[in-house]
Amino acid sequence: MDNVTYGLTMTVLGMGGTLVSLWIISLAMNVLKKFFPYRTEEKGKKGEGNVGSH
Amino acid sequence: MWEAIEIGLSGLAVGARNLALPNMIMMGVGFLLLYLGIKKGFEPLLLVPIGFGAFLVNLPLSGLMEEEGIFRILFNTGIGNELFPLLIFIGIGAMTDFGPLLENPKILLLGAAGQFGIFMTLALALVFGFSKLEAAAIGIIGACDGPTAIYVTSKYAPHLLAAVSVAAYSYMSLVPIIQPPIIRLLTTRKEKIIKMGAVRPTVSKRTKLLFPIIVTLIGGLVAPRGIPLIGMICLGNFIKEAGVVSRLAKASENEIANIVTLFLGLTIGATMQGQTFLRSQTLIIFGLGFVAICIDTAAGIMFGKIMKVLSRGRINPMIGAAGISAFPMSARVVQVQGQRYNPQNYLLMHAMGANTGGQIGSVMAAAVMLSIIEGMGII
Repeated sequence: MDNVTYGLTMTVLGMGGTLVSLWIISLAMNVLKKFFPYRTEEKGKKGEGNVGSH
Repeated sequence: MWEAIEIGLSGLAVGARNLALPNMIMMGVGFLLLYLGIKKGFEPLLLVPIGFGAFLVNLPLSGLMEEEGIFRILFNTGIGNELFPLLIFIGIGAMTDFGPLLENPKILLLGAAGQFGIFMTLALALVFGFSKLEAAAIGIIGACDGPTAIYVTSKYAPHLLAAVSVAAYSYMSLVPIIQPPIIRLLTTRKEKIIKMGAVRPTVSKRTKLLFPIIVTLIGGLVAPRGIPLIGMICLGNFIKEAGVVSRLAKASENEIANIVTLFLGLTIGATMQGQTFLRSQTLIIFGLGFVAICIDTAAGIMFGKIMKVLSRGRINPMIGAAGISAFPMSARVVQVQGQRYNPQNYLLMHAMGANTGGQIGSVMAAAVMLSIIEGMGII
């Protein structure tokens, strides 16, 4: 493989691959936040507290 | 008797007699690194051991890098097989709070834009006549991430390790000097004063705990060759977020990270022997490294401008400059620039989000690069 092809391929695939990977991770982060919202956890903690107090 | 004294004296003078100009120059470079680390506070944890290592190894007949020398043993133990950078990654993972990034996941894309310099510099290095694998090692300076640069270079171009790693760490420490002019040049006054809302903690503990697993899974599937890099940083973060192994978390971010940093710094310094380091090639590598950091910063800001438009003006493009791995210097630079134009503006937490995105981005970019190179059959 010549240097021009290698350089172009690395730039396009490398940058594209990095961008797409991080985009997928950011989508997964949004899904995680939806499934495990902050509010639910707070409620859970309150519930544990109540159980303990009885 | 006199003859014996003469022979004895010649033995004492043998060190001075073997002191060559390249060694003296490199000792000067070592002292410069010590000065930058101690007096200027630029990455002292790294520059101090690197500087002292460079000083020691350039003392004539020290034997430190010979087969049984202590630096050679350290090199073979931790650099030659990529162990030290991977151990450092566990520490980095344990030190990093991905909370600000998880608050606003789309900021992660700034961490991708901040890696553009890697691939552009790789192409530039090819123009300068470097081989394909050497170009990959030089391009990785643009990750602005010392351990990643060492990992990739020791794998593909070990003969360039000294120049690449010193360039990577030097430019990391010079981020507060390199980035501000680029930020000022590429953003309008109107953009500079954009205020971003306060970051409120809205991320659950479960999300923080699952995040490193998700990153490892996705990163590992897309770029399997980068699993050691991604896996170690995520392992460190998982240990921290698990909350039940605080001793391991503390050991990772303190004892392990500190000991390995000392050995890594000394060993990198030890590769800076005058006879092998002082070549025109080294200067070209330093020049290309500088270009890489500048392109990273510019690409991050330009991507920030796109995100500003898409968010209807709610994102300050300056935080794009923090989409590199130099944590937390880059985020601090953005905060200072933001306050310079609008003292009421607090961009730090948003920039921290982009900065941690840059850490993930640099590791992912290296992993993608390794996988493409292997896929092409170059190694």
